[in-house]
Amino acid sequence: MTAQASEARELAAVIGLEVHVQLETETKIFCGCSTDVADAEPNTHTCPVCLGLPGALPVVNEGAVEAAVKVGKAIDADIPEETTFHRKNYYYPDLPKNFQITQYDSPICQDGKLEFSVEGERRSVDIRRAHLEEDPGSIKHVREGSGPLESRTCSIERADYTLIDYNRAGTPLMEIVTEPDFRAPGEVRSFLEKLEEVLEYLGVFDATRDGSLRIDANLSMVDAGEVDDAGDIDESVLEDANRTEVKNISSHKGAEQALSFEASRQRKLIQSGRAVEQETRHFNETHGNTVSMRSKEEEKDYRYFREADLPPLRVSHWKDEVPIPELPDARRERFVTEYGLSEEAASKLTSTKQVADFFEDVAERFDANLAATWVADNLLGELNYRDMAITDIDDRFDEVTRLVELVAEDEITAKNAHETVLREMLDTGDDPDTVVDREGLGKTSGDEVQQAVVDAIDENPDAVEDYHNGEDGAINFLVGQVMQKTGGSADPGDVNGLLREELES
Amino acid sequence: MSDPAVDPEEVRHVADLARVDLADDEIERFTEQFVDILDAFEALDDVPETEREADLSNVMRPDETRESLSQEEALQNASDTEEGQFKGPKVS
Repeated sequence: MTAQASEARELAAVIGLEVHVQLETETKIFCGCSTDVADAEPNTHTCPVCLGLPGALPVVNEGAVEAAVKVGKAIDADIPEETTFHRKNYYYPDLPKNFQITQYDSPICQDGKLEFSVEGERRSVDIRRAHLEEDPGSIKHVREGSGPLESRTCSIERADYTLIDYNRAGTPLMEIVTEPDFRAPGEVRSFLEKLEEVLEYLGVFDATRDGSLRIDANLSMVDAGEVDDAGDIDESVLEDANRTEVKNISSHKGAEQALSFEASRQRKLIQSGRAVEQETRHFNETHGNTVSMRSKEEEKDYRYFREADLPPLRVSHWKDEVPIPELPDARRERFVTEYGLSEEAASKLTSTKQVADFFEDVAERFDANLAATWVADNLLGELNYRDMAITDIDDRFDEVTRLVELVAEDEITAKNAHETVLREMLDTGDDPDTVVDREGLGKTSGDEVQQAVVDAIDENPDAVEDYHNGEDGAINFLVGQVMQKTGGSADPGDVNGLLREELES
Repeated sequence: MSDPAVDPEEVRHVADLARVDLADDEIERFTEQFVDILDAFEALDDVPETEREADLSNVMRPDETRESLSQEEALQNASDTEEGQFKGPKVS
């Protein structure tokens, strides 16, 4: 690539991902230690296997293999006849054995794909492979001093020593490697959201677990002209472009941020006639930038060789035997056909399994349209406004159901239910009946409304005259008067009807 | 074998990967020893193929929790510890 012609060059980003997800199993991948380490004291979930003590032998966890097969089915991958484990050798204190057991040339999932939508458009990304491996332990970098440990943990550069907790060591991980099919950081974010959604549907992944998702991304820039209409790029062009690998990304947002930074950094280099160095870079989430990382090891330095302690797995037939639940895409389509929902509403409602399950529960009890409005629009809207997630209220579904019931049975108006009761429920934590009582929102009884209608007509002869002269606005004024008298608890549609009846009689 | 199997540069590199600090005279000595060791392994080329045990496959265990070591047991071989954790030199 020459610098001279570069100024006006239009560039396109080429991005591929390695996504590490923790698989949700009871025990670690090669031993029976519990993976439930969230609030545990350090080094209380270890054994000779995950501490790498001499002579300890790993045995594969059937649950982890089953989870991997489920992932393979969900991404439409091949499960090869035989899959094996390898040792990846490197020396770092988070790895007690000085090697990581992983898969190398025969991963358990090969040639899959995942569809997702980005800004309303359907995209599909090819997944080259997905393999099983073990998570390393957790490291803390610490400065000497007399203060409490928390105050002395620091960056790697400033550290005097290292502390290691092996509770996490041996947690099953799946590394999912995509083809370089992404063309923009926003696509990566949408893909990750979809991937997480699918994994949650499968019940093999818990997004709330700390460190459950870690991403390495590689990015290079090519001439925009090299991208054909289908979005494909010639292999040789990709090989010629220098790429950087960005490590230490731990969220969807982080991925978009890191890659946006990296794309514009490379674009500036190329447009000013300089070369992009092929290197590993570290994403700094606090600063939103990437910095060069001295990378010591090349692939051959890992000296991969077969893990002789683990016989091969022959589990391709599990693909037919291990069931997986209905996945988000299928469910979305069913919501459209079965409940007559719009694509948009169906997408919102299938965004997480919890939301979809809750919607179906409400739809079954009341009415699909009412359920869709309440779950997709009102509930998700108010949660979003408060920066809350469905997981923040998943122990209060019965309260939300009760609120919908109050609306369905005409006990309160839809407007009050949404704008007062739901909001107060979320802000104060009170249940719907408490809010209704406190705010006096129980629908006014028929007699009271009737009286208010009569009063409004008596008190506003001018409006009545306007009405009889065919001025349509007059009825709205009278409805307003009645609503005021009933403190907003009457149903405006009913009031409109009652007024017309009274005025015409 | 035509090429020398191991040269000093390679020994230095492997020592780096293993985080082992070798002095120059040690590198020289190890280079010679590596060549000897690899030569010795060549004897395996002459071993005839024999019958062997049938290959195992699908050796797995159910996803059931087993008791872990206590923190004291886990740390008992550590040369240094702090607040229940293994303590080691800083890393780069």
